[in-house]
Amino acid sequence: MIEIFSLPFIQRAAIAGILIGFVTSYYGVFIVQRKLSFLGSGLAHSAFGGAALGLLLETEPLWVALPFTVIISILIVYLKEKSKLSGDTSVGILFSVAVALGIIFLSLKKGYTNDAFTYLFGSILSVQKIDLIFSSFLALLSVGTFFSQWKKWAYATFDVELAQADKISVLKDEYILSILISVTIVISIKVVGIVLLTAFLVIPAATARLISSTFFQMTIYSIIIGIVSSFVGLVASIQLDLPTGAVIILIQAIFFIISLFFSRK
Amino acid sequence: MKNIAVSVNSISLKFGSHTALCNVSFQIEEGSFITVVGPNGGGKSTLLKAILGLIQVDSGNISIFGKEPKSVKRTDIGYVPQIKTLDRSFPALPIELVSTGILGFWPQKINKELKEKSMLALEKVGASHLSERPLSKLSGGELQRIYLARSIARHPKLLILDEPATGIDFASENDLNRLIDKYKVENNATIIMVTHDWEAAFHHADFVLMLNCTQICYAPPKIAFEEKTLRRAFGHIGHEHEMIFGVKGND
Repeated sequence: MIEIFSLPFIQRAAIAGILIGFVTSYYGVFIVQRKLSFLGSGLAHSAFGGAALGLLLETEPLWVALPFTVIISILIVYLKEKSKLSGDTSVGILFSVAVALGIIFLSLKKGYTNDAFTYLFGSILSVQKIDLIFSSFLALLSVGTFFSQWKKWAYATFDVELAQADKISVLKDEYILSILISVTIVISIKVVGIVLLTAFLVIPAATARLISSTFFQMTIYSIIIGIVSSFVGLVASIQLDLPTGAVIILIQAIFFIISLFFSRK
Repeated sequence: MKNIAVSVNSISLKFGSHTALCNVSFQIEEGSFITVVGPNGGGKSTLLKAILGLIQVDSGNISIFGKEPKSVKRTDIGYVPQIKTLDRSFPALPIELVSTGILGFWPQKINKELKEKSMLALEKVGASHLSERPLSKLSGGELQRIYLARSIARHPKLLILDEPATGIDFASENDLNRLIDKYKVENNATIIMVTHDWEAAFHHADFVLMLNCTQICYAPPKIAFEEKTLRRAFGHIGHEHEMIFGVKGND
């Protein structure tokens, strides 16, 4: 089994899996605890609209998907703040519009559009060096926020009003968190795919919640589960010759089922 | 003459077409205990949020210890929110929640010094034995003690409480009111408490602010709870209040 790690594309896949497992499970704790699972799914689907525009413009799809998804995430927070609509409704409206745009962009593109399916299902084994550079940068940025922002994000996750009363700029922090989640989603798409991405954001954090008595514990456990399941899933998928993203999610699900037995109510 | 802790001058606030507060004015001397009473939707919690600087008023102004609410030092104000807003699914221990009162953010780790300060606050409200029990497993009364410990851990000069008795039994409410009185006396603190409990408002307050979007009265309890004032604020008086104030109810 060790020999497979001598292959460069497997090395890249392993590193990408660990990095994406880390960032998605880290932001996942805020998504789960703020009950924003639909936001993760909505932003992932919004990225499809951006990737489709990239394909239409015949440029690197993720370069277009990145600003496209970031703008959608900002609009979601803005719409939620400025209207009486709930967060879920804002997500529902904007992600539907983004997907509709994506379908139109693809229909306008003449010729073969099979590339779009790469972004729907992802392909960890086709990760390139440039993808690793972006993933590493995002992981470093996320480590930085763990030391600088986590305390404020956690406080606002517990109670927005208490955090505001303690002079924390909750709205600004929500924009920052939302933008970082959208960047995480776009960078993860190539590895995980739009369809399976929600699981990466939700399952490790939900599993960690079951066995944690503090939010800090939940964050650490979620990161560990995210990284371990990505690595184990990658190895298992190679051994069993099965799609990697799907196997990683099944490993995450196994962790979740085991945690149910050790759940702290 | 005592210093003024809170000065509210002709504030008004609308949410769309709904008037939440209309021309409300009062001043609170340092070391005073004020209760805010009025019907549901009468603007009590909105007033507290304006004093805390969480919402902007449309007109008028508020000053806390001579400063705008947003400029007041974080540690000068302790805030006890309504526990019904608490997300019980959040994984947290009481000692963490109390330490947010000291730090102003959520702790990753609790060091020895922070633990000692937090435990001291918990001891003051008789809840040190609850320090490691998950929030999800606490009763309403226990939770209110934890929130009170959180707010007094920073030794605030002004303590603001939003319906602290909601969802707790009579004995727990009495305990809570006793603890608030004790903190006020020991620290010469100023207290503002929104409550639906007229008896507590009558017995603990130096002044009562009666609100129904407009200011019905701001007076000592004996004057505030006169029949005509109660009828102006609530439109009626329940029979149960006859026992407290000797005011005959009509519903």
